[in-house]
Amino acid sequence: MPLLSLVIWLPILFGVAVLLVGDRNAFAARWMAFIGALLSFLVTIPLYTQFDLAGAGMQFVEMRPWIENFKVNYHLGVDGISLLFILLTSFTNVLVVIAGWKVIEKNVAQYMAAFLIMAGLMNGVFAALDGILFYVFWEAMLIPMFIVIGVWGGARRVYASIKFFLYTLLGSLLMLVAFIYLYLQSGSFDIQQWHQFPLNMREQVLIFLALFSAFAVKVPMWPVHTWLPDAHVEAPTGGSVVLAAIMLKLGAYGFLRFSLPIAPDGSHELAGFMITLSLIAVVYIGLVALVQTDMKKLIAYSSISHMGFVTLGFFIFNALGVEGALVQMISHGFISGAMFLCVGVMYDRVHSRNIADYGGVANKMPMFAAFFVLFAMANSGLPATSGFVGEFMVIMGAIKVNFWYAFLAASTLIFGAAYTLWMVKRVVFGAVGNDHVEHMQDISAREFLVLATLAVAVLAMGVYPKPFTEVMHVSVNNLLAHVAVSKCGAACAW
Amino acid sequence: MNFALTDLLPVLPEIFVLGMLCFILILDLFLADDLRFISYGLTLLTLVGAALITASTFSHMPVLAFSNMFVDDALADTLKLMLYGVVATVLIYARGYIQLRGLYRGEFFVLMLFAMLGMMVMISGSHFLTLYLGLELLSLSLYALVALQRDSRVATEAAMKYFVLGAIASGMLLYGLSMIYGATGTLSIAQLAATLPNVDHLDTVLVFGLVFTIAGLAFKLGVVPFHMWIPDVYHGAPTAVTLFIGSAPKLAAFAFVMRLLIDGLGGLALDWQPMLALMAILSMAIGNITAIAQTNMKRMLAYSTISHMGFLLLGFLAASPNGYNAAMFYVVVYVLMSLGGFGMILLLSRAGFEADQLDDFKGLNRRSPWYAFLMLLLMVSMAGIPPTVGFYAKLSVLQAAVQAGYLWLVVAAVLMSVIGAYYYLRIVKLMYFDEPLDAAPIQVNPDMSVLLSVNALAVLALGILPQPLMALCASAIKNML
Repeated sequence: MPLLSLVIWLPILFGVAVLLVGDRNAFAARWMAFIGALLSFLVTIPLYTQFDLAGAGMQFVEMRPWIENFKVNYHLGVDGISLLFILLTSFTNVLVVIAGWKVIEKNVAQYMAAFLIMAGLMNGVFAALDGILFYVFWEAMLIPMFIVIGVWGGARRVYASIKFFLYTLLGSLLMLVAFIYLYLQSGSFDIQQWHQFPLNMREQVLIFLALFSAFAVKVPMWPVHTWLPDAHVEAPTGGSVVLAAIMLKLGAYGFLRFSLPIAPDGSHELAGFMITLSLIAVVYIGLVALVQTDMKKLIAYSSISHMGFVTLGFFIFNALGVEGALVQMISHGFISGAMFLCVGVMYDRVHSRNIADYGGVANKMPMFAAFFVLFAMANSGLPATSGFVGEFMVIMGAIKVNFWYAFLAASTLIFGAAYTLWMVKRVVFGAVGNDHVEHMQDISAREFLVLATLAVAVLAMGVYPKPFTEVMHVSVNNLLAHVAVSKCGAACAW
Repeated sequence: MNFALTDLLPVLPEIFVLGMLCFILILDLFLADDLRFISYGLTLLTLVGAALITASTFSHMPVLAFSNMFVDDALADTLKLMLYGVVATVLIYARGYIQLRGLYRGEFFVLMLFAMLGMMVMISGSHFLTLYLGLELLSLSLYALVALQRDSRVATEAAMKYFVLGAIASGMLLYGLSMIYGATGTLSIAQLAATLPNVDHLDTVLVFGLVFTIAGLAFKLGVVPFHMWIPDVYHGAPTAVTLFIGSAPKLAAFAFVMRLLIDGLGGLALDWQPMLALMAILSMAIGNITAIAQTNMKRMLAYSTISHMGFLLLGFLAASPNGYNAAMFYVVVYVLMSLGGFGMILLLSRAGFEADQLDDFKGLNRRSPWYAFLMLLLMVSMAGIPPTVGFYAKLSVLQAAVQAGYLWLVVAAVLMSVIGAYYYLRIVKLMYFDEPLDAAPIQVNPDMSVLLSVNALAVLALGILPQPLMALCASAIKNML
């Protein structure tokens, strides 16, 4: 059975079906979206259970001709790097649908459909093995996200959505130019062929930079991160969750799938540059997060800082670093999603994201406070939560390369704890701050279900990360072996 | 010049259209106003008949007629078939609009058919004179169509501008052609191509002629710096006529450029490539940036046309079959999107109300989620974002230009298309994020509603499976070169 096609198209078809049901029948739309999201998640499980841990190549490969004129194929496949992200995407999608159940009253069907379609498209990005197919999924997902932010977003939603779109589009188009160049040189849009295709140093560096413009914006890396706080703050809760949990990962994934293997010498050449940007993100953005007064903005900056770890892990070129970065990506998917959901829970009750508008929430919502504190701890990298594993691995990897990289990266353990816990202290603890907080109701069974699922995931991954790391070993080692071999050899001089 | 009976076969579609339009012209005189649908039906019937004739005489190999002045090849037949489809779509979209504005008259149909005949001649011309005759027949019919709404001041002004500027352009083109004739001694495309290798390429007269010819072509295509007429004419003309001007003539202009510049003057590619590159970059820049400042939908689409024509030039300037395929694909896709875009304006217009302001699209998702979705597809496609066909159009021309070594131009083009994305997104924003200003229900003829849906969904369907259209374009070009 073409599992990967199913994983991509099932949510999209359900999304279209939900659109056809229409906004007038909100009840049916919600249930249909839920069933669609759940089914889409269930079909991803065989990907994990049938995955061959020892297999180095792509698995579940599907290939048929698509656009013969450009030798473009409908070519899908997953390896240990992309597999987990497909699971994460489909998993998050279910939670997002449940989280938007009651909160969204305007155009319910369109909201649910946007998320289902987006999930399918993002799965497509992770599964695509053809440059054009990848690009199509990569760009197409901007449209539902644009609409999600713009229609259900906050006060400055128009500004945020257009900024989000144009920022990403600019980077992506430069990537497209690189793809076209690779196509004309290698005669194919096949990503695996590109991996093997020899390029000289100048080409590699230019291609690396063109790809960088797309992926760095998406990650986002300092200094092209400015769209993210705006998009996060204005997006509805579901939008923020998907943005933080998955869309940011797409950029990081792009580095692993494209930049490193296609331009290995270019990557080594520019590693110092990438590490510098990553460390600036970790330290400087961590400090920026400290002074935020808006909870969503704080989490947004915290995301940028955590993603700095990911790119740092990639560009130190060792297995600990890359695997740590991948673990960090999955873990951040759970934690940032959970943090945004927590803020969403409070926002639905008080309609404010300002830290100052809260205080003593624990008195009125003890169950919620327990979850919030747990996720906050995980966000600051407490051992036994998933947040610790990835950061620790990356720091270990970095120390092998350069003590100061590790030193600067480790500062996040302090800053991360500072900004997250300080926010929690001001919001959750203390005396009841005002009348709004006084009237807050603790979480409903639906909200409990969502947060509890994530809490289990965060703890499980923190205590026993092996199921997550074992699938990536072979692929990561493979990748590193490939990157270690120069593509231009003696001709690498500029 | 000898007349042979076999010459008539390749021009059968043209003869049929001419015969039918004379018949409609005369018949319409005797029709009462409530029987006007007969002229309308006959016009559609003409298109169907012409399509049947063209399809049944489809020639894969070029057939020359009338002493090599007229050619019937795969490119011509493919484009003509598309042309009939486009004109039929225009008629169906326009019906409701022109009925409410007193334009539902025989003149409208006859002028459209005359314009179409002109385009058919342009598509099949293989001689400077035939090409020029076709162009003038098209242009004169269009001037009259723009001015058809006699009591509208803007329309009259637009027609006047169009006429004056168009006449200058025709003059330049004719002047250029005459110089080329002076340098090479021939007016026939095939002979010109054969003569060029033996002529000094730096001959002042020849290059002078080339520059004027290109200026004339650029005028007709509407690329910067010869674009001034486009916004005013698009804006001033009745929307139904704008729909026509903005769609079908682009197909003919494509064929015109192919015949004149590629087939005829292909040997001078090194001379005209830099000119096209310059015009392409200027069109993309000025078209996209100026479109941002527009508040009128028709003007915005006019500037968007200018930038699209800039992209089209990228395909031509590659000067390779790959590039011509790309250009043809681009122009077909553009026509499809343009039909849909102007169709949406017609859809929202009603008696005494022109929905040609951007604000008229506000809150369309509230009024009709379906039409908002269709417009979303069209705008996304014009911006060149997958999974719509507009993306593949851009991809085709960009890769052709990279292949020809114009990497800098391609980088500039993608930067411009980011700017372009802004104003297309603004329409999406108006439709989805804003509240409607106008709560009137959308009244639309069922035929138009169905066709517009098919039109916009085709943009998506061809985006998911672009191969058939690409193959069609490639085969048309292959048999021509």
